[in-house]
Amino acid sequence: MTALLQVEGLRVEIPTPMGRLHAVRGVDLALGAGETLCLVGESGCGKSLTALALMGLLPRAARRSATRFAFAGEDLQRAGERRMADLRGNRLAMIFQEPMTSLNPSWSIGNQLEEGWLRHRGGHRAAARERALHLLERVGITGAAQRLGQYPHELSGGLRQRVMIAMALMCAPALMIADEPTTALDVTVQAQILHLLKELQREFGMGLILITHDLGIVARVADRVAVMYAGEIVEQGPVAQLFARPAHPYTRGLLACIPVPGRLAPGERLGTIPGVVSPPIGTLTGCQFRNRCAEAEDQCATRAFELRGLGGSHRLRCRLGNAI
Amino acid sequence: MSEALLELVEVERRFSVSAGLFRGRRALHAVNGVSLALRRGEVLGLVGESGCGKSTLGRMLLGLMPASAGEIRLEGRPLAAFSTRELARRVQPIFQDPYSSLNPRKTVGAIVGLPLAVHGIEADARARRKRVQETMERVGLPPRFFHSYPNQLSGGQRQRVAIARALVMRPEILICDEPTSALDVSVQSQILNLLEDMRREFDLTYLLISHNLAVVEHIATRVAVMYLGRIVEEADTVQLFRAPRHPYTRALLASVLTPEPGLGVPDTHLGVSYPNPLDPPPGCTFHPRCGEAMPVCRERAPAALADVRGRVECHLYDNAVK
Repeated sequence: MTALLQVEGLRVEIPTPMGRLHAVRGVDLALGAGETLCLVGESGCGKSLTALALMGLLPRAARRSATRFAFAGEDLQRAGERRMADLRGNRLAMIFQEPMTSLNPSWSIGNQLEEGWLRHRGGHRAAARERALHLLERVGITGAAQRLGQYPHELSGGLRQRVMIAMALMCAPALMIADEPTTALDVTVQAQILHLLKELQREFGMGLILITHDLGIVARVADRVAVMYAGEIVEQGPVAQLFARPAHPYTRGLLACIPVPGRLAPGERLGTIPGVVSPPIGTLTGCQFRNRCAEAEDQCATRAFELRGLGGSHRLRCRLGNAI
Repeated sequence: MSEALLELVEVERRFSVSAGLFRGRRALHAVNGVSLALRRGEVLGLVGESGCGKSTLGRMLLGLMPASAGEIRLEGRPLAAFSTRELARRVQPIFQDPYSSLNPRKTVGAIVGLPLAVHGIEADARARRKRVQETMERVGLPPRFFHSYPNQLSGGQRQRVAIARALVMRPEILICDEPTSALDVSVQSQILNLLEDMRREFDLTYLLISHNLAVVEHIATRVAVMYLGRIVEEADTVQLFRAPRHPYTRALLASVLTPEPGLGVPDTHLGVSYPNPLDPPPGCTFHPRCGEAMPVCRERAPAALADVRGRVECHLYDNAVK
């Protein structure tokens, strides 16, 4: 299988008044066509900036570097803004958490859907409109023809997210990145949207990178999972293996934190991870999770840990690797 | 069955909203004939999709909004008979967003101490400070935060401040409106454990409003499911999760994504749209989204059926209809 996306040593650095923020620290990602990779972690772990770095949409102050950045056989390391703009909304598409703030409130749904097509494919507006209509119907929006003339504020949150998905699909992208696409939605709508995304992924043969903090979503949609903490991948592997044998203390902690119906007896306490994330600012040594880790030793403060194999493609960045 | 501490009897809340330019105003029934009892010592979970009226219900219970019809009673006395202060002393809120529910210009000490000042409790400044610090300690806030401002705290710490502020008055009832939805998972579990500890320590009664059924299952003892302004099912938590009866409850439970790889994303068969509350469907308001709708569901609203298993409003369980 030729990889659709191959990224190695991805770093994002942002200068702050307190020092340099190492938001993403040497992330390696590989994704095949039709595959789903979930990036999971809590706020501030660098998962969203990883996505923005892939899209070339980082804030101006941020600096991106990578030792390898290949997409569909093309080296994007040196790709300029013009090349990235050609890819975005075309071969590369992204959907965001907040469909209200990522849609333009003063443009009709139809105009926004057609914009990308006209930018990338040109031609007549009629062709773009036909494609927009087809996709609105495909994402389950009733009365699609009328919706084209409506504005974002006239739609509910679930409908807006469907519009965002239709917009991302306009040019049949090879890779879709979805950053917390259902966090702002009701559980029922969340299930519907994720169901739709998986269906469309099969239909279009897209690679999908889904960013979420919800391990329930990860378990249900991912083929492979990468758990991020303080800008690094601390554990990654096939979804079944990672959930059956979580190895990193952070992954295990996260899994113990979430309430699962029927798992705990009434009155039993949920697991917790003590402390808070300290932002990766300045010179960093050792494992960044050590202050919250029950199994930390002296060496965790000084040693640099690499991602090491645990069998198959299950990999771990922790001194515990050999013991498990 | 223990006594009802807080009780709603046929409560309605209508809002007059504009139906569009030149179309005048119409009544929106946010809460439409709800009868519900909050019993002493229990955690009642109130679940439903956004727009179903669950937050409006919470606001009415806090006395922040009067009911348009029906009655709300606290220990048998109408809520309207209580002064705002008296009510605030017994019923306190915890809101979803600890970023917007705390005054950014006040220190944590001032925020937690404000209810005491307003109610003239512990008039002595030193005694008041001591009580604030005790409460902060109880909810796991280090004393050094006394002089901190909310923007210096993390989301979880802010939610602890909100909980301390609610508890400093030693209330009997907490209305928790999505208390953990804005928090990270590791912080959510800390706050849920804290709420459970506080309930035991202070003999509290909770109304937990949430769309997260896993959270509700974890801490609620009883669950009420709300749809378009009505309670469509009510049962003990174990009963409801083991044998949900209303098709809407079943769809909600099916939507919970548990961390079990291999199961995929369920198809809820709920149809696309939540109905417009300004123009609710006739008959049972759930019928357009219901996979088991019968002809009668389009014509007649189902009556509430109560038995040992709880209460459900659905024609499927009404023998008179069948």
